[in-house]
Amino acid sequence: MHRSSSHSPRAHQPAVGPPPVTTLPPIVVHRLGNGLDVCIVERHDLPVVDVRFIVRGGASEDPPEHAGHAYMLGDLLDQGTERHSALEIAEQADTLGASLETRASWDSYAAALHVLTPRIEPALQLLADVMLNATVPDAELERGRSERLAAILQERDEPRTIATQAFNRHAYDPAHPYSAPLAGTRESIAAVGRADLMALRRAQFAPASAFLVLTGDIAADAALPLVERLFGGWTAQRTGAGGDGRASMQQRTPGSAARVHIVDRPAAPQSELRVGRPGPARDTDDYFALLVANTVLGGAFTSRLNMRLREEKGYTYGAGSRFAFRAGGGPFMASTAVATAATADAVDVIVTEIERMTDEAVPDAELERAKNYVVLGLPASFETTGNVAEHVVEVALYGLGRDYYGTYADHVRAVSAADVQAASARWLGRAGLTIAIAGDAGSIAPELEALKIGDVNVDEYG
Amino acid sequence: MSTSTADQPLSISFERYRLDNGMRVVLSRDPSAPVVAVNLWYNVGSRNERAGRTGFAHLFEHMMFQGSEHVPEMAHFAMIEQAGGSLNGSTWLDRTNYFETLPAHYLELGLWLESDRLGWLLPAMTQEKLDNQRDVVKNERRWRVDNQPYGDWDERIQAMVYPEDHPYHHSVIGSMEDLDAASLEDIEQFFRTYYAPNNAVLSIVGDFDPAHARELVQRYFGDIPSGAPVPPIPGRTEIPLTLGGEVRDTVEQDISLARVYMAFRTPPFGSDEFHAGLVASYILGQGRAALLYRTLVRERQLAQDVVAYAFPIVVGASMIVVWATARPGAGIDEVEAALSEQIAALSEVTNADVERAMALLEASHLKDLQTVDERADQLSMYTTMFDDPDRINTALARVRSVTTADVRAFAARYLRPDNRAVLRYVPKNGGAS
Repeated sequence: MHRSSSHSPRAHQPAVGPPPVTTLPPIVVHRLGNGLDVCIVERHDLPVVDVRFIVRGGASEDPPEHAGHAYMLGDLLDQGTERHSALEIAEQADTLGASLETRASWDSYAAALHVLTPRIEPALQLLADVMLNATVPDAELERGRSERLAAILQERDEPRTIATQAFNRHAYDPAHPYSAPLAGTRESIAAVGRADLMALRRAQFAPASAFLVLTGDIAADAALPLVERLFGGWTAQRTGAGGDGRASMQQRTPGSAARVHIVDRPAAPQSELRVGRPGPARDTDDYFALLVANTVLGGAFTSRLNMRLREEKGYTYGAGSRFAFRAGGGPFMASTAVATAATADAVDVIVTEIERMTDEAVPDAELERAKNYVVLGLPASFETTGNVAEHVVEVALYGLGRDYYGTYADHVRAVSAADVQAASARWLGRAGLTIAIAGDAGSIAPELEALKIGDVNVDEYG
Repeated sequence: MSTSTADQPLSISFERYRLDNGMRVVLSRDPSAPVVAVNLWYNVGSRNERAGRTGFAHLFEHMMFQGSEHVPEMAHFAMIEQAGGSLNGSTWLDRTNYFETLPAHYLELGLWLESDRLGWLLPAMTQEKLDNQRDVVKNERRWRVDNQPYGDWDERIQAMVYPEDHPYHHSVIGSMEDLDAASLEDIEQFFRTYYAPNNAVLSIVGDFDPAHARELVQRYFGDIPSGAPVPPIPGRTEIPLTLGGEVRDTVEQDISLARVYMAFRTPPFGSDEFHAGLVASYILGQGRAALLYRTLVRERQLAQDVVAYAFPIVVGASMIVVWATARPGAGIDEVEAALSEQIAALSEVTNADVERAMALLEASHLKDLQTVDERADQLSMYTTMFDDPDRINTALARVRSVTTADVRAFAARYLRPDNRAVLRYVPKNGGAS
């Protein structure tokens, strides 16, 4: 082994030069005559364009008995229009070398397109066709239904999905849309009809509640006439607020004891753990404090959960946590998979670490590390045209303001240890935690009982 | 990066050179975002493992993140994360790679960390760290393989396609028993054998000054001595490009839906014939208009999903793996027969099928190359495997030169029943209720 003295350049971490100047590209916003907003960010370093077409609405508006309706509609938008069959649409996209996908999430329906610049016109025309003229043919609905029902069967074999679904089922009131899977249940998918989906589409798809985002190698002057031609004649009116899902978003009574729910998987070599509770909506004033808090707790490799469960104890391949920020209060959830014998101890570590966020102020050095991680990592998250498009969608969908990313770093820098502790007191803590586990109940239940964290229940499943 | 239109080959400019200790370096400047990717490939993977030490190359990769002489335990992750960077490593059959993407002004940090673990790893190794990472890796195996439906498919398929004395016969993750047997002496021996500058490629892509980068690379890596020549890959590396007969196996598992895998031996990654196989795999399985998706999923509704994948591996022979998951009610025999039928239909593949696959290949190639980390990884890959980083620019033209007749000939030669392993997973209780 060769040695180096303390004078060698490698004895200490190298000094760092000044950061490069980062300017985030400006967003050009234009409103068409029919009320459709168009956001354009030009970037000409590669001959590619990314497009997002967003309709506000989505699965949050499905009441639980209609779980999966929005998702199914999102999936079927490109499965037939007034002009083209599903196969024609797929063939056209493939032949253009374009990736075109449609989907629904909790707060929106989205079409995402990535294409080389020379082919933007036919590709955008295809996107307009699926988003404006989808007909949801019966045959495609039946095909989609049987595919979805088979996928639901498959999910019963996947411990990660089992644990996450059990968490949502128990963390939210049964009347809350977030209690059900985004993609629906066996019952709701079996019952959905074409009329339901077309009604949903009529209720939610209209220019005033939609917007278009174009990023990449396209000039605004050239893009706007094309957009006007393809989308300007769209005159649908939003006929309703959609389902009554939003109205039923009340949360479980806060302050109740933690509860443990096991979905039994006899002889499983690992337990999939999900620990958390409903969190705040995207528009919370606590957003930046929680972003920093979660980075300390479970948002990075060097976060507390991963350091303790993986690097200290070797219980797991990885552990983390996140707040799923949505228009309503999405879940805060810590996740990991641990060796069966380590289950109770791992739960104890997770609950203790969650509680510590409210009990103790985060030490200065750790807080600084977390803030640096978030702030300095920002430029890399704008690297591709697809990244930029996703950021613009987030800003427009949640009304964050055009200068949101311009002031983002300042907001993060301004978060203090006291802010983190106060926000954690509001949204973390031990009381009311839902602990969902997919694992071998016979092996793990007695030790979980002995932890005295809360009642331990074994779910009936299937 | 310099770019192209849809009809011209992509052109990424780079400079390459070799340090005196044998380390190959590729620099590719792209100031379009203030980030830099540092990527190292070591020409060692699970193929180099000796008998009784399966999974060791990957366990060793984990130990590379446990600190080195000048880098305290856990500081590697912490320093990069507090610089706003992201990092990881991965182990595969043919290689082990380590990479970080950093804000551009932290390039020196990345080079310092990477060089310290290449030159000064062993003083930081302890039994405690080894035991901890052994537990982590065993949990990785449980998570990926043992607690996942169909989770051991690649292990089983590799064992069926490659003979027992071939280095691809065993999986990257290895067996629990062999992981238990790994010792600190193994760490030292493996490090001294494979982790030397003459067995490594360093690529740097992003916003940097090339002259400065050269100086930094020399400062941090230049004084690491070269290692002894790397020993040959153990076992029998030359094998026929075809199996010479069908191999079959059926596994009962706690699953709701049956699944059938078919794996075909093919010429290795990098050969002209491999490119024809790549196009064939796209025709079969990529995109919603793909042959298998169209027929098995859409039209006949026998399958829940279909996948076709050409393994980019280089020792002796590669493989194309195709699989389909049966819909409830569809018999596994019926699904297998339909798969065979569609694969046989490649003998009548049309120009339109080939063009569709080409368009998708081109789009995915260009999409991948949008990020500095992916460009760095590909430059390292082509340098490590073929000593030719320029393949990043010529790969697409090589694929484009594949003709319809080439795809047909490839299918006739390799995608045939006497050159395949068929692995069936069936539900333990006889089927979904």
